[in-house]
Amino acid sequence: MAQYETILLKNMEQPGYSGSLEDYERAGGYQALRKVLKDMQPDQVIEEVKKSSLRGRGGAGFPTGVKWGFIPKDHPGPKYLCCNADESEPGTFKDRQLMERDPHQMLEGMAITCFAIGAETSYVYIRGEFRLGAKILEKAVQEAKAAGYLGENVLGTGRTINIFVHAGAGAYICGEETALLESLEGKRGQPRFKPPFPATHGLYQKPTVVNNVETMANIPHIMNKGGEWFAGIGSPPKSCGTRIFCLSGHVNRPGNYEVPMGMPFREFIYDVGGGMRSDKPLKAFIPGGASAPFLTPEHLDVKMDFEAVAMAGSMLGSGGVTVMEEGTSMVWAALRLMEFFYHESCGKCTPCREGSSWLTQILQRIWNKQGRQGDLDLLDELCKNIAGRTICAFGEAEVGPIQSTLKYFRHEYEELIREAEATRPQSKEIPVFTH
Amino acid sequence: MLLEKFKDEVEEILSRYPVKRSALLPLLNLAQREEGFVSEPAMRDIAKVLELTPPQVFETVTFYTMFNLKPIGKFHLQVCKSLMCALVRSDDVVTWISKKLNIVPGQTTADNNFTLSVVECLGSCGTGPMMQVNDDYYEQLTEEKVVRVLDDLARDGNCHLKSGPFMFPTTSGKSR
Ligand SMILES: Cc1cc2nc3c(=O)[nH]c(=O)nc-3n(C[C@H](O)[C@H](O)[C@H](O)COP(=O)(O)O)c2cc1C
Ligand code: SF4
Ligand code: FES
Repeated sequence: MAQYETILLKNMEQPGYSGSLEDYERAGGYQALRKVLKDMQPDQVIEEVKKSSLRGRGGAGFPTGVKWGFIPKDHPGPKYLCCNADESEPGTFKDRQLMERDPHQMLEGMAITCFAIGAETSYVYIRGEFRLGAKILEKAVQEAKAAGYLGENVLGTGRTINIFVHAGAGAYICGEETALLESLEGKRGQPRFKPPFPATHGLYQKPTVVNNVETMANIPHIMNKGGEWFAGIGSPPKSCGTRIFCLSGHVNRPGNYEVPMGMPFREFIYDVGGGMRSDKPLKAFIPGGASAPFLTPEHLDVKMDFEAVAMAGSMLGSGGVTVMEEGTSMVWAALRLMEFFYHESCGKCTPCREGSSWLTQILQRIWNKQGRQGDLDLLDELCKNIAGRTICAFGEAEVGPIQSTLKYFRHEYEELIREAEATRPQSKEIPVFTH
Repeated sequence: MLLEKFKDEVEEILSRYPVKRSALLPLLNLAQREEGFVSEPAMRDIAKVLELTPPQVFETVTFYTMFNLKPIGKFHLQVCKSLMCALVRSDDVVTWISKKLNIVPGQTTADNNFTLSVVECLGSCGTGPMMQVNDDYYEQLTEEKVVRVLDDLARDGNCHLKSGPFMFPTTSGKSR
């Protein structure tokens, strides 16, 4: 199997690497922050990140440098940075590893980002279930503070950069950036209408950048080696760098693998991940977390970059690749995901709140062999009436699994409905209802 | 008052935010850690400290699934049932636990030791099937392992099979 140069997982791949400040410094840690504070202006940092073409690793793939550039320079402040560590998209578990094994890498990225956007205060919004990660991060913040990398007078520059770890309490939607801000303000985590965007009206209505953990972890490396170096890795010009893809499902070696973007799914699943776990062939896979529409074996040669996956009708999303073997019911799989979305809909807008409930009920009855003729048209119509008509992108996400399985595996739905029709008692008498 | 006991911690939490209300989730987490659930007196307390009305606290509490409004067992077994875990038979984990403890999801054992819940993705999909017990993760579960965990917890209140910092294969395929 080919070897790939890792960037983000490199430290923790070294035997005995504990993620402590000492280990991180020995591996060259915090040199980027030193360099930035000593030699660079905030604008130059933003320019360098723009040059790197780094795109957000949280799901939407927005260019990071461009996002930072939206923060108004003349605003009197305060300005905020929020690191999105909510990681709740089914199929995604990379941020957890980054936080638990090498916390200083992302903290250094956050400190540099604070400098670039002019923020003194930043928060890591970590999902409440990640107790271990939160403890490790809190300890790392204390270490960094004691060493002068964070706090009131960072590396003697007189600059203040504080990082606080803020734990959520169980709500997938708090990963959506404006819901995250609401939650951080101590409210129900329901997304805000956009515009205005967080860049101008974010946390406490102040200019705010929200970036994913993996995005932050890339920053020190870009500062050390330059934007051009980063832009040359992966699948330039639009999908640069490596990405940590999370492999799960019916494969031999599930796990997190950092590979250059642009690798074909075939190579990733069969070479990197060791292929299918049994002699059952691959039936379908999800390329980018639960929100990404299903793809099929004919898409195995699609490249794992933002554009190529979008062209194939899905999205690279959060980087969670889930593989399903022959014999897995696609109706069942869609139902499992739909139950997740039904449970997690925040309820703020009608199409999503009501639609997720209806979609779940219809899928449940089809799966339980109680489906009706016309149910598939109903699913089609409902999906169309949800996507694009909601406050946040959850609306598109929740219909993805259904629409894609209907597209590629419609016969499985039809089969279940046919069975239901055949076994349903047929009565010729017109029922009379009495009180 | 619950919060008086944690005066320093509460002060420290409040100092992180320019707006008091932001301390709501951290304080609720603190209260739940202490009492095992979020009680009404705790919510009233917190409302007072943050200068909120009790309904403002309550409406927030009910949004988040991690807050228990009622007391639960000493160990909260939360089995992930989302698709990726389900593909590697997480439903069996629920069956194994039910068989061993004689409870179904939503129930607590008579000795108040265990409460069983099924939950959505916990960010551990490559190491499924898995469950969270209080603060700890238990991954790559088998029936044998589940039985061990339950026995250890009931006997010692602790189990060394819990996960430490995330371990996983690297690109070179080495399992670490
Ligand atoms: C429903 C929903 C859930 C999301 N969950 C997460 C999440 O758990 N983690 C994350 O980093 N981004 C998540 N996002 C994306 C964020 O809204 C946002 O785009 C991202 O944090 C920006 O950071 P980035 O540019 O570094 O990717 C979610 C988006 C939506 C619509
Ligand atoms: S689309 Fe769903 S999750 Fe998003 S704001 Fe509307 S109801 Fe909430
Ligand atoms: S699907 Fe179970 S932990 Fe993610």
